Amino acid sequence: MRAQAEQKVGRTGYYGKYGGQFVPETLIAPLRELTAVFEEARSDPDFWKELRGYLEDYAGRPSPLYHARRLSEKMGGARIYLKREDLNHTGSHKINNTIGQALLARRMGKPRLIAETGAGMHGVAAATVAAMFGMECVVFMGTKDIERQSPNVYRMKMLGAEVRGVTSGSATLKDAMNEALRDWVATVDDTFYVIGSVAGPHPYPLMVKEFQKVIGEELHEQALAKIGKLPDLLIACVGGGSNAMGIFAHFLPMAEVAMRGVEAAGEGLETGHHSASITAGEPGVLHGSKTYLLQEPSGQIKEAHSIAAGLDYPGVGPEHSYLHDSGRVTYVSVTDAEAVAACFELARLEGILPAVESAHAIADAMRVAPDMTPDQVIVINLSGRGDKDLHTLRDYAPEKFGIVAGTSEER
Amino acid sequence: MNPSAGVDRFSKTFADLRARSRKALVIYLMAGDPDPAYTERLVPQLETAGADIIELGFPFSDPVADGPVIQAASQRALHQFTGIGEYLDLVRRLRDTCGIPLVLMTYYNIIFRYGERAFARHAREAGLDGTIIPDLPLDEAGDWRAVCDAEGLAAIFLEAPNTPPDQAQAIAGASRGFVYLVSLKGVTGAEKGFGSNLEERVQRLRSHCDTPLIVGFGISTPERAREFGAMTDGVVVGSAMVHAIHRAGGDGERAAVELVQAMRAAMDGH
Repeated sequence: MRAQAEQKVGRTGYYGKYGGQFVPETLIAPLRELTAVFEEARSDPDFWKELRGYLEDYAGRPSPLYHARRLSEKMGGARIYLKREDLNHTGSHKINNTIGQALLARRMGKPRLIAETGAGMHGVAAATVAAMFGMECVVFMGTKDIERQSPNVYRMKMLGAEVRGVTSGSATLKDAMNEALRDWVATVDDTFYVIGSVAGPHPYPLMVKEFQKVIGEELHEQALAKIGKLPDLLIACVGGGSNAMGIFAHFLPMAEVAMRGVEAAGEGLETGHHSASITAGEPGVLHGSKTYLLQEPSGQIKEAHSIAAGLDYPGVGPEHSYLHDSGRVTYVSVTDAEAVAACFELARLEGILPAVESAHAIADAMRVAPDMTPDQVIVINLSGRGDKDLHTLRDYAPEKFGIVAGTSEER
Repeated sequence: MNPSAGVDRFSKTFADLRARSRKALVIYLMAGDPDPAYTERLVPQLETAGADIIELGFPFSDPVADGPVIQAASQRALHQFTGIGEYLDLVRRLRDTCGIPLVLMTYYNIIFRYGERAFARHAREAGLDGTIIPDLPLDEAGDWRAVCDAEGLAAIFLEAPNTPPDQAQAIAGASRGFVYLVSLKGVTGAEKGFGSNLEERVQRLRSHCDTPLIVGFGISTPERAREFGAMTDGVVVGSAMVHAIHRAGGDGERAAVELVQAMRAAMDGH
């Protein structure tokens, strides 16, 4: 099983025809060094033991598997469970990866971490581990995202990180990643670039998957213990795709487990204002890897749109492109409006405020659950919590907060 | 097709330079900054002023190897072209009068989307001589090298201060036209971080390959052009040129010519 999963990578760093290392020459030697260090750590039981220690004692793993009874009842079909990554320290799955990469940085003797962030969840998780390990941390963040995710900006600053605003392009996640790569080219000697998703040049897609797949591994045990069977369907939102890869990876060889990756349809696929790289994009090369991208026929990258800053990215991790082409995972999309509605549904039925990113997965589950039966089980990866989104939700749906539209007046 | 074009045009240029004991002055411009007609007027003037090779950038939405100056130029030029076909039309018009090598610099997605084989063929038909693709390192460039070799188009590769010696040799061996030595760890136009190892890198490569070695990134003054030119076969002046043109506004063409003349004079020891 394992050999087969490894074999499909084929050429180093490739998933079928996707992946690779499309970066300036200055980054080739550092990426090779990182690959070697990662491979060495990966086969070192002490590395995993130390990582597990931090995941348990610091991040609070394992994250619970929760049966969302009222949501399931309302949908009237499948039993819906939530994998509660929102309950991790820092409020999302991102901490699983940043602890792993910070341990590698320490192993390589690099005292400075840089990171890109969209919603700010990865930035917070990077700033958090930098504080814990006594490292310097600079987070690149588009100025548009700084505005709409201000609580996370304050969190990063309080943790001692420098938040560098990026104004180029669309001033969102794509541009933050451009700027982080430019910084890294100039600082590779003392700096470790902590990429937050299963994107970027090899070995990042592989490395981030290895650090996130603890989600699926835990779920396997929890499902057998609590439900007595494997889940029938896993659903996760996909921006770059790290939380989705985290819950999917372990189950990929198990044909009986179906999977849906949910992209952001923004204002609707037909409007062109969306972030659905797989559903509506074409293969291309950006940020170090060959993968599905939103682009013009000329090859210029299009600006993405989503209410969820963490999904507002015109690319996707290369392995997702491969899993789409192979048909192993079904990729669908959910609009801003559907995601916002799902946020309120989950808040009012289950007392859980999901991140608007994760709400895309909830909205999709609400679509498919009614057509399934109560003996079937859906597990949604609830990848993050929603506190950061209150401003965004208030602006999007003021009436839900009893606010008269266009004013700050409360009824 | 002109047999003295493509890879051969570089050979001729470097043979002429050697015969006159001169170092190559490679000038980078962003095509279409501020519009294609401007570029079309400027290139012949720079050839006359003493540029030996013109590196003509094609804008990309996400230029990760570029610093602020070329990023800004890229933004200005982005909407001047609906696609790289129009850039090749510009090259075709320049080729009518221009005798020096013309090199495209852009990012790989532009060529990938066009189709590598079709692009190489159309580029040569238009009169382009070579390409520099900063996000296409040697190990990802197998197909691109093959189609370029088939068309006689020079695929130029970059070598960096931290490239291990064996990899540097492989890059130099694969590069056609010239080898592009990156002076520093950083993006284009950087002002600090010059590798002190340039001389050592040059010596190591010289013992294995006779392809000309050209150094670029951060070469902003005539003094630096002379210093770096003395160690190599020539220099690339990019951000300094783009900045000089943009800053001079309506006098941009004159500023560009004067900068080429100043660089030329410094490199020729006047």
